[in-house]
Amino acid sequence: MDKVQIKNFIAARVAKELKDGDLVNLGIGLPTLVGNFLPSNVHINLQSENGLVGLGPSPKEGEVDPDITNAGGQVVTLLEGGMYFDSALSFAIIRGGHVDVTVLGCLQVDQTGSLASWIIPGKMVPGMGGAMDLVTGAKKVIIATTHTNRGLPKILKECSLPLTAKNQVNMIITEMGVMEVKSDGLHLIEYNPAYTIEEIVKATDATLIINNPKEMELEE
Amino acid sequence: MKEIIKLTALKDHVFDGMRIMVGGFMAVGTPEQIIDELVKIKVKDLTIICNDAGFADLGVGKLIAAGQVKKLIASHIGLNPEAGRLMSEGLMECVLVPQGTLAEQIRAGGAGLGGFLTPTGIGTVVEEGKQVININDKDYLLELPLRADLALLYGTTVDKYGNTNYTKTTRNFNPIMATATDKVIVLAREMVDKIDPDNVMTPHIFVDYVIKEEK
Repeated sequence: MDKVQIKNFIAARVAKELKDGDLVNLGIGLPTLVGNFLPSNVHINLQSENGLVGLGPSPKEGEVDPDITNAGGQVVTLLEGGMYFDSALSFAIIRGGHVDVTVLGCLQVDQTGSLASWIIPGKMVPGMGGAMDLVTGAKKVIIATTHTNRGLPKILKECSLPLTAKNQVNMIITEMGVMEVKSDGLHLIEYNPAYTIEEIVKATDATLIINNPKEMELEE
Repeated sequence: MKEIIKLTALKDHVFDGMRIMVGGFMAVGTPEQIIDELVKIKVKDLTIICNDAGFADLGVGKLIAAGQVKKLIASHIGLNPEAGRLMSEGLMECVLVPQGTLAEQIRAGGAGLGGFLTPTGIGTVVEEGKQVININDKDYLLELPLRADLALLYGTTVDKYGNTNYTKTTRNFNPIMATATDKVIVLAREMVDKIDPDNVMTPHIFVDYVIKEEK
């Protein structure tokens, strides 16, 4: 798989975690691809933390409304039934546990469900934006990420970068497999048969608990 | 009737070292013409409280690029490389705050609250120097209210009384900031005689001055 195929593969698998009616917040980058892979009978409500629920696709040429934007400041559209609100309400929705699922990328994620995604000290200091609130408040936190970064593991025993949140991640989905964070550790519950279990273990710094993982289903 | 002032009168309402809240999210809902005027006035050593650093040529990014900002309190500066550079070179102090905490700090500041407890930031650097309070076996951070001298907001429709409505995603931080500062100036995209009382997002009691946007 090339880079684009890997991202789409991960996004397609994440999409299977979303249920009809879920309120979902997708992070910037790979997570935004998830919306492309929803089955036709699954309708979710997408939140954008700058102040809307009912996020639609990018506007067609000639139909751009500069007053409708997403959290990245890009122009978007609002679906029928959607609505706008202010930042205090937006984060009442997020912190108050009203978001069913949030899907985010990561710099590092560890076997205790801690996430690092907002700063590389001395190198990259974008800020946490809404990520800390989302990871703390959403009912289910899914990290959608390539398994490694330039060959180095991103799934660690313990994050070394400053955290976005501690012990809040529920699931990690990569091109190699699906991992679930439980009280006794990180379980590999599905694996991509394009890789051997040994290859997956080698690409993972965290201790994986492996107990008859299923094959990742690529197609419906 | 609310007093309508000209953009050029802004100089009478700002001073060096002022704390200013600026509405907008990635410059959407930011009163750009007011920002441009502040750049002209060259007021300096400002503390700016805004969701983000905008872009180098848009939103509060223009004040940052002009070197007028001493301290920035924001949740995100990633789309403004100039802000990152000034921060890492120590030329601008930058306090990064989780977005929901920033919104609630401003809300608390305007609502007369002494602070609030949030689980956001527990176990991270955001916790440093703050009081952790355990309620029903869950840890929370005590976050304090934020207030400022002046709020600069962007209203879509403003009536002659100063009642303000913000369209679509331009609303964001504008209505909460209207409550949390000593003085509030709204840049009005459109002035109307009267807004339907049901559609007022910032009641006129919060608004001190209105400036008509120049077309």
